[in-house]
Amino acid sequence: MAETNTPLRPDLALIADHVAPGSRVLDIGCGDGTLMAALRDGKGVDARGMEIDPAKVAQCVSKGLSVIQGDANTDLAFYPDGSFDYAILSQTLQTTFRPDVMLDELLRVGRKAFVSFPNFAHWRVRMALMWRGRMPVTRHLTYSWYDTPNIHHLTIADFRDLLDRKGVKVERCWFVANGREVGAAVANWRAQNAVFQISR
Amino acid sequence: MTVGGAYPNSRGTMANGATVTASDVLELSQPLPLDGGQRLEGVRIAYEAYGELAPAKDNVVFVAHATTGDQYVASPHPITGKPGWWDRMVGPGKPIDTDRFYVLSANVIGSCMGSTGPGSLAPDGKPYAMRFPVITIRDMVRAHVALFDALGIERLHAIVGGSMGGMQALSLAANWPHIPERVLVIASTAAMAAQNIAFQEVGRQAIMADPDWQGGNYYGTGKSPDAGLAVARMAAHITYLSEESLTGKFGRRLQNRDAKSFGFDADFQVESYLRHQGLSFTTRFDANSYLYITRAMSYFDLEEEQGGKLAEAFAKTDARFCVISFDTDWLYPTEQSRKLVHALNAAGAPVSFVELSAPYGHDSFLLDVPALDSVVTGFLD
Repeated sequence: MAETNTPLRPDLALIADHVAPGSRVLDIGCGDGTLMAALRDGKGVDARGMEIDPAKVAQCVSKGLSVIQGDANTDLAFYPDGSFDYAILSQTLQTTFRPDVMLDELLRVGRKAFVSFPNFAHWRVRMALMWRGRMPVTRHLTYSWYDTPNIHHLTIADFRDLLDRKGVKVERCWFVANGREVGAAVANWRAQNAVFQISR
Repeated sequence: MTVGGAYPNSRGTMANGATVTASDVLELSQPLPLDGGQRLEGVRIAYEAYGELAPAKDNVVFVAHATTGDQYVASPHPITGKPGWWDRMVGPGKPIDTDRFYVLSANVIGSCMGSTGPGSLAPDGKPYAMRFPVITIRDMVRAHVALFDALGIERLHAIVGGSMGGMQALSLAANWPHIPERVLVIASTAAMAAQNIAFQEVGRQAIMADPDWQGGNYYGTGKSPDAGLAVARMAAHITYLSEESLTGKFGRRLQNRDAKSFGFDADFQVESYLRHQGLSFTTRFDANSYLYITRAMSYFDLEEEQGGKLAEAFAKTDARFCVISFDTDWLYPTEQSRKLVHALNAAGAPVSFVELSAPYGHDSFLLDVPALDSVVTGFLD
């Protein structure tokens, strides 16, 4: 686990564990800066963030973090190529207008990227669709279809397909079910969340 | 409190009405070089300080004031008697905490609250008036830096400024990159936009169209271009407010009457308010100073100054930046702050940016916006 006082969400903890010390990181959709603060304090990382909610940006600033209020869909364009060692997009890919374009942008501004997302092929989701015939509302996907920010649901298999089509390399990946890692072979059924470390 | 006698200060009160000050005054022994190529002799810099200077002189927060602001950040204005213009932000336990920081503020050169300006006496013993050289934002900052030197201050914990104060903060970071550790820019821009230049030109023309302006040589004549200066202030004041706040404050309500007068009195409350704002401004501000300071603002273009690449301006500083805009500020809209932030990003500078929601337009930075307080507190920590 990362060296931090407050426990990180499992996907963030995995990312924090695998970021190289002293590197430059852009956390896109950084929220209140929990991951950034952990990376800075635990690994001497030069962390920058982007967050759309001004109240959360204010929280970050008060932690001494450098965070820009902006919309990841449009504002990544203002970062020069290769500005960062890692671009991090946690639990956000499925909310972007064009996840495929976002993936390109991540690997433009960062040499490597971490992407984590909820897996829409988890068995509970499949059951909800199959037996109830309704868009699933689960512990991990708590929104109704009409108010969800998750406008591009995807599965682990879908994500791998997209990476293949784009020629993006998977360096590492982790799959999480109920806070525990599960194997890749069963991940598309059993994992609620996936974390990928990718590069060109 | 103010700095003691170790420095070349004097409690200065000049004979000229435009330069009366109760502040400490530094007199520069060397002429101040100006961007326009001239050298300004005998420059006086009036300043106020709050809090205690740490022995290592490492707790200095410099507050740069806006167009018609002054060094009375958190102490009563000597003419109006009103509380300091940022009294809500600067003080013990406030976001810019004088229990921790030594808060310094200086009147910009060109102004009329004690620092050398067009109302000051030239070496020939007569007021400069329009013989005063046109100055730039960088010239103002050069004078501030001379003050830091005189006080033995090598680094600033932070420079903080709203509007024209933000321009000074950026200019310091760009031209004296080793001085600021933190740069806080509120409701400002890296280059004055055409719309702002236009509004300020209206103000200047109103002053110069007043026959009492007398080509700027009104000092000692018993007349001054108060009517022109008041119109300039009225026009500017509108730009500081949002449509929403004007509507909320005044709507179409009439001023002390039940019906329209079918004349040209101030029928509407908003008219009466603006007339009052214009008139009261003339009791505390010098018309020529207004000309010179707005000129300096209209010349401000950090990108041009850096040969067309704004990012270059921030390549040499290791300061942290925080840029704040307000959603109802149409004078310095968020897009201008974003442009600045993108340049800072491109330069790899550690920068935070937030657009805060507040109803008061450009003036939001002076008013009760709790979200601003928390960002300022956090950034200075």
